[in-house]
Amino acid sequence: MGRTLESRVNDINKPATLRGRTTFRELAAFGVVSLVLLVSLAIAPAKNYFSDWRHYQKSYVKLAGERQSGNLSRNFKGGIRQIWIPKLAVVDRCETCHVNQNGALVGASDQPFRKHPPVPHDLDQFGCVMCHRGQGAATSVQEAHYTTEAWEQPLLPARYLNASCGQCHLGPLAGTPRLNEGRRLLSAMGCLHCHTVTQPDGNVLKPSDDPPPLVHIAEKTSREWIYAWIKNPQAYAGSATMPNFQLSDQDAADISTFLIAQSTPSPAVKNVPFPSTPVHAEAADATAAATLYGSSFCSSCHAVQNAAGNLVGGDFGPELTRIGSKVNADWLRRWLKDPGQYEPGTRMSHYRFDDKQINLLSGFLLAKKDDDLLSGVHLSPADAASVVRGKKLVTENGCAACHQINGVAPPQNFAPDLSLVGSRALSQIVFVPGMKHNLPDYITAKIHDPRSFGPALKMPKFNLSDEQLTALTTALLAQSDRAAALPHELLLPAERRSDYHPGGDAGRLMEDLRCLSCHSINGNGGDMAPELTREGSAVQRAWLEDFMSNPNTLRPALIRRMPKFNLSPAEIKTVTGYILAAYQAPGFDSQTLDARRLDPDAAARGKQLFYSKYGCQSCHIADYKNDKGYVGPALAGVGSRLTPAWVYQWIKNPDALRPGTLMPNPGLKDDEARDLTAFLMTLKAKPGGGAK
Amino acid sequence: MRRLLVVLASILMLVGCSRNSTPKPLSPAAYGTQIVEVSGGNQIAAAGSALPQPVVVQVNGADGNPVTGALVRFRGEGVEFNPGQALSDSSGQVTTAVQLGFAGDNYRLTVETPKQAGGTNGVNLRETSLGYEATLGEAVNNQYCVRCHDTESTPERVSNFDNLSPKPHQFTDGATYNLLTDSDLLNIISHGGLALGKSAQMPAYGKTLKPAEIKAVVAYIRAVADPPYQTSGVKYAK
Repeated sequence: MGRTLESRVNDINKPATLRGRTTFRELAAFGVVSLVLLVSLAIAPAKNYFSDWRHYQKSYVKLAGERQSGNLSRNFKGGIRQIWIPKLAVVDRCETCHVNQNGALVGASDQPFRKHPPVPHDLDQFGCVMCHRGQGAATSVQEAHYTTEAWEQPLLPARYLNASCGQCHLGPLAGTPRLNEGRRLLSAMGCLHCHTVTQPDGNVLKPSDDPPPLVHIAEKTSREWIYAWIKNPQAYAGSATMPNFQLSDQDAADISTFLIAQSTPSPAVKNVPFPSTPVHAEAADATAAATLYGSSFCSSCHAVQNAAGNLVGGDFGPELTRIGSKVNADWLRRWLKDPGQYEPGTRMSHYRFDDKQINLLSGFLLAKKDDDLLSGVHLSPADAASVVRGKKLVTENGCAACHQINGVAPPQNFAPDLSLVGSRALSQIVFVPGMKHNLPDYITAKIHDPRSFGPALKMPKFNLSDEQLTALTTALLAQSDRAAALPHELLLPAERRSDYHPGGDAGRLMEDLRCLSCHSINGNGGDMAPELTREGSAVQRAWLEDFMSNPNTLRPALIRRMPKFNLSPAEIKTVTGYILAAYQAPGFDSQTLDARRLDPDAAARGKQLFYSKYGCQSCHIADYKNDKGYVGPALAGVGSRLTPAWVYQWIKNPDALRPGTLMPNPGLKDDEARDLTAFLMTLKAKPGGGAK
Repeated sequence: MRRLLVVLASILMLVGCSRNSTPKPLSPAAYGTQIVEVSGGNQIAAAGSALPQPVVVQVNGADGNPVTGALVRFRGEGVEFNPGQALSDSSGQVTTAVQLGFAGDNYRLTVETPKQAGGTNGVNLRETSLGYEATLGEAVNNQYCVRCHDTESTPERVSNFDNLSPKPHQFTDGATYNLLTDSDLLNIISHGGLALGKSAQMPAYGKTLKPAEIKAVVAYIRAVADPPYQTSGVKYAK
């Protein structure tokens, strides 16, 4: 390096003969630099040559050759393979290594050569990352599967894969039980009272639980009970969905004081005449009370823990195991007499109980006590300061998001919007030390124990099993950026409830009985009991009137059954007349069927079909002496229950009349259906024996 | 030789990928002569999910009594165990939580305990994970088939099994179902029992279920069959 830069530059400008001689050092330096340049130029092709995917493609060809799939290895075209779907912003090169997606090489069971299991969609239709996440355009194992500095969405663990279906399928889907359960829990556990979840089609998920209003709470229960309940709801009822707010003793005392203080008298006090006999007068008759509880089918909706600790009964209404420790006797009697007076929005039916029945039932329920529940609760007398503190706590904890409370408005945007939580950026998440840094684990941990992320956080602790946590996480992971950006024609919206309500006198009566709590009509209502949209075409008037006065069930083995409401003859006439007039199936007239075809010969042929060809007796009972089938309703007496036209149409195609019915379509020919109808219509009820 | 290198390379890569390297083996305080399953075999879970119940095994000594402090190791391809190895407790038992792999398949778990003289005693368990198709089949099964094909009743659903003659086969009855081909099963489900000369009491579901659903039910029957259903065609060793 003897010469200066200046002299070298000067050298270049001179003619070749006048330039200074190149030294060995310069030559060496030049050689090294050229070598470095050459090597650096070779890096890119070498990287390409030694890439993961080339290695896998070579192994595949070799494997195919070894397994005598000569054609496969000969015809194999190497190179990057990609699925490009501009509409969905999909550029997936996964098939570059996963070359055996279609299973052409039979029996390859190790990744990346495993055959893709059967799914309802074509890979070319949606690509890979739509379901599996990861970085589709990447060509190295690390980048495609895992989080890198430039890519935050790693592969979705298999147990959450249902989430990907939920990006387009916004309603329940038969093959995705976990997603369905997660969405159900979002609604049923009350998450949606505080969090907003908007689906890609703009549908905002709605809560399905029924938190009671607290505006008249002092009438119903005591301050002590409220204290014990909010301290730990599950101690009162294991099945309670109310979460645990982990309140201090003082806070719980203040809240219970405030809730009692804000309570106003309900219209029930004025409007529901007080049953005259004292409440425990007939409680001694425990058998009669239990019979009444049973025959009113309270357990269709309410559960009670039995001696073995198992819940027996439905989960539609609150659990009643310790109801005697909760409610005030006067409130209970008014409630049983007419629940709508205390809570206009209640889902409970207005039974027509007489005073004697009310005393029996209330005595029976009040005996369901747990003396330990409130024995440890000793609250100091209520004072004004406690009420003020209580109101502040109720406001801060967002109680009014679920419950109606006097003087506290429901909070707006109380909790974070979860519409896009399924692709929340990891950089925006504060992880707890020791936690795995990925989104599914974060969501699960957050739902499982929200306060572990900071004691000041408001979200309460819910009582959820591991499987329920996985389901909820699955439903939330479906709320992704990708889903929000999908073309709208790909979205399959959830079936929405209509706002149908029956009108007129009958409508008012049906509202009073809360028919829609269990039955669905014209797209609105519950799913506990049969759909009634076409019931008017199905049944005969005399049978329906008889059934309304005494609902002897068609499926005696079920726990959930139609209660006896004790309707008056006038009420029965109103509701029966309306059902027969309004709920008709389109396409056929239920009152007419070619009666000439229903001759004894046809009935004999029908009997043959019933027992021999179609084996109907495996599910139905036509004759109590011989048949035992217990899946469908008993058909002894069906000739007095259903109209012939309905029977004919029903056995031809049950699903058309009641979508989702269990009854398979047996594929009857017209004359077979006529013969079977003729046979079924001969099965008349015995006089006075109801359906039997 | 080159194949060996490839295998070695992929093993190395796998090792490199997994963050937690192989745990150090525990040293056993005692040795048993026999290992038996207590509970947890033959469970069904969705792909990639934890089994509903843990797997419990017991180590017994030569005298037939449980051995405390014997080393028990769990193995299974694609399966995660927590813990993967443990010493047996005072009743000679080891309990582990199991998470199955992502593929809908049968998984063979191997549980081993070392012998004092070297070598191991082992017991194999079989667990089933349901992929998409079998999950759909399970949903259809829960809606329609269980009512007759399952002997168990629930409060919501009374089993019709005992009311039928001849009795239906439970779907786990591999000894029966494995003899039938896929097309036999598709036929019976679509066209009823009479289609294969079986009982008319099995109704035809061809006009009720979609073809994909019927196929899914067959996949479900294959997945839960015990003994396991062997797919026809060549299956290469792993």
